[in-house]
Amino acid sequence: MATGIKDKVAILGMGCSRFGERWDAGSPELMAEAFEEALADAGIGREQIEAAWFGCYGDAVNVGNSAIPAATALRLDGIPVSRMENMCATGTETLRAAAYAVAAGAVDVALAIGSEKLKDTGYGGLPTPFKGTFNDLWMPMGSAPAGFAQLASGYRARHGISRDDLKRAIGHVSWKSHQNGQHSPKAHFRKPVPMETILRAPMIADPLGLFDCSGVSDGAACAIVTTPEMARALGKTDIVSIKALQISASSGRETQLAEWDGSSVPNTRNAAARAYREAGITDPRTQLGLTEVHDCFSITELVTMEDLGLSDDGRAVFDVLDGAFDRDGRLPCQIDGGLKCFGHPIAASGLRMAYEIYSQLLGRAGGRQLADPSLGLAHNLGGVPYQGVAAISILGLMGR
Amino acid sequence: MSALGIAAFGAYVPRLRLDRAIIAEAHRWAMPSLKAQARGSRAFASWDEDAITMAVEAARGAIAGRAAPAALRLASTRLPYADLHNATIVAGALDLLAMLATADVGGSQRAGTSALLQALRGTEPTLVIASEDPIARPGSTQELHFGAGAAAFLVTDTDVALRLLGAASISAPFVDHFRAAGRDTDYQWEERWIRDEGYGRVVPAAIAAALADAGVSIGDIQHFVMPSYLRGAAPAVAKSVRFAGTIADPLDDGVGYAGAAHALLMLAGTLETAGPGERILLVGFGQGADALVLETTGHLPDARPARGVTAAIADALPTDSYLRMLSFQGGIDMDWGMRAEKSAKTALTEQYRSAGQIDAFVAGACGACGAVQFPQLQYCANCHAPAASFSPVPLRDEPAKLLTVTADWLSYHPSPPLHVGFVQFDNGARVQMELVDVGAGGIEVDAALRMVFRIKEHDRQRGYRRYFWKSTPLGAA
Repeated sequence: MATGIKDKVAILGMGCSRFGERWDAGSPELMAEAFEEALADAGIGREQIEAAWFGCYGDAVNVGNSAIPAATALRLDGIPVSRMENMCATGTETLRAAAYAVAAGAVDVALAIGSEKLKDTGYGGLPTPFKGTFNDLWMPMGSAPAGFAQLASGYRARHGISRDDLKRAIGHVSWKSHQNGQHSPKAHFRKPVPMETILRAPMIADPLGLFDCSGVSDGAACAIVTTPEMARALGKTDIVSIKALQISASSGRETQLAEWDGSSVPNTRNAAARAYREAGITDPRTQLGLTEVHDCFSITELVTMEDLGLSDDGRAVFDVLDGAFDRDGRLPCQIDGGLKCFGHPIAASGLRMAYEIYSQLLGRAGGRQLADPSLGLAHNLGGVPYQGVAAISILGLMGR
Repeated sequence: MSALGIAAFGAYVPRLRLDRAIIAEAHRWAMPSLKAQARGSRAFASWDEDAITMAVEAARGAIAGRAAPAALRLASTRLPYADLHNATIVAGALDLLAMLATADVGGSQRAGTSALLQALRGTEPTLVIASEDPIARPGSTQELHFGAGAAAFLVTDTDVALRLLGAASISAPFVDHFRAAGRDTDYQWEERWIRDEGYGRVVPAAIAAALADAGVSIGDIQHFVMPSYLRGAAPAVAKSVRFAGTIADPLDDGVGYAGAAHALLMLAGTLETAGPGERILLVGFGQGADALVLETTGHLPDARPARGVTAAIADALPTDSYLRMLSFQGGIDMDWGMRAEKSAKTALTEQYRSAGQIDAFVAGACGACGAVQFPQLQYCANCHAPAASFSPVPLRDEPAKLLTVTADWLSYHPSPPLHVGFVQFDNGARVQMELVDVGAGGIEVDAALRMVFRIKEHDRQRGYRRYFWKSTPLGAA
């Protein structure tokens, strides 16, 4: 009977590039920036890495296919390097692969790295992905915000929320992240934004205005993982361990059967249930110390609070407006500013979120440091709410 | 087989309308005289409508609940493909492909009447569709007068509502206008000459021959149906042949002249009010003329479609931008940004493999649990039973409501914003779809929808259009 990977894998070191419009850097430079920080943090040399997983979503504006670009950029001589792509869950997938390799005993030290260079498209927002020869024949070619904006209509209909109340609540989500982001030196956007500006911004996909959408940025983040025993042997005393890593990919139920009402993301619920079980969490509202959730769009973060069981169904609007997830609320969310302030270089985001939790657990978060958190959750949502991949990682201090 | 006649018909007019005064105003700086002709509104096709999509919409009304025809003739001078069977695409959307002979008919403004006459004189049940979206040069009088639309007639031997008493065709090298292959717009000669020497001489000769063929006189005719892009041409001809009955509504307001489709569109309009036992003189003009003498029967009420010409005209979606119409017609080269650079190449292999589902919008019902799902994939979305147990369930006419929606201003779309949402069908199927012909007031969850056949994507790099179904609100916005 499988028991999961709780406390079987330790994070030896992490790194994160500065996110933003990195006109100065291509993907190799971004990867190196994150990689060097992680190596220094881990206190090892690159020759001690035995396997690596490289995450990258869009090769058209990035580095091309395969893992070779990462192996070349980081000079990973002669070791297995694999490329992963699972939309916005890509970064977390690389961590999962590296952690599973360590937990399986296949290797002692593994690297997970995700990098994305979105600012080479020549325009803002994400490129429209090819959906496959069959799906292109019938699926509408909507943008990413259009996919997520539909949650707002489904949520309003299910819970009888007025358009104004929902708009104010999602506005608060963005306002809160911008408040937090000013304390993140590596964030793309570091200025607070007034609520009026958020509410009056031009419409992107109704009801999502410009400030309801995460930034479009370049960035890379990485993790070096090993066993707890090896971490101690390498001199680590405060050890951040992986409590759970879970993924749920859509099988098409939401899109094809009349059972889903458009107000939630079933895959997040599936992944969360498994992650809480793996991590031994029975009451996430009291046990978790912070969350980094996939705020690609403000409505996503709001609905995710319910999907993760952190708000009752239909109550997230009010919890958000009450400040429950502000930095001084009952469960801070996006303490670093989230995707809203970092932007969303797809394959880097999951690892960037894990980096924030890792930093907070080790007390390294500087001006945004929370008081003594011991357990944190990161959540990604790839694709669109009705056809996507939800990823959850739960990190905590070993022994607490 | 007993004598063939028309047993059912259907019609379609694009919902988009533009007041002619708005067009005239846009040209006032250069063509102030257009204002004198700027009465009423004209229909114009949306960016995703063409002769094929309009043909499908018109034909749906003509074939509903009827036995499938053996042949389909599609008449138009504005078919999107020069070498790719347009009629076959229409047949695929109508789910009529099995054992069907298809033909494209074009080359003249009387292509519609010629196709109908051929079918009525033929030997097999035939669906005749005339569909046209004529485009005129900006600033021309044609731009004001042209419209768009389609009409379809099911010619068969049961429940005949309209039978052919007689007919005549005349061919004449009379060049009132022409359009060279590859050109978008017409070159036209003087209107007075066209009216007097063309309509005024060619048509009466055809009428006389048709009446003789039918064995009736002009006094036996109740309805005179003759389309023309020249205002006043029909009354002038009617007067010259001493016709004293009802001159058919030229559909000038709310439609406009729909080219080779217009004769049949006017006939469809006439059949909505005509009574049984009445005779109709139908004329098509273009390098000669067709004249058909038709007689209605007691089956006429059963032949009428749920949504006919009158309903289509009433189902208007007024617009206020001349530039919108011009953009939809390819008249201005808008800068849509880099997102519009995305390749829209179609994998023709995949299109053929999935034609059964995509073309006629056919879902699958699971043989094990009954769940209806689109697309039908390898296993049931609900109980995972294999596809071998599935049975086809068309979604084209299935009632549906809107479950989720947004108006997307970010995506490239030729008619922003892109309205998109989940469509929940009453039979349980659910599909994420594009919503079209949404008015300025937008559209809300729970809105009742119907399905329409449209251009899914236009691959301008290769000149290929692929088609699929979209949703539209039931009532006009």
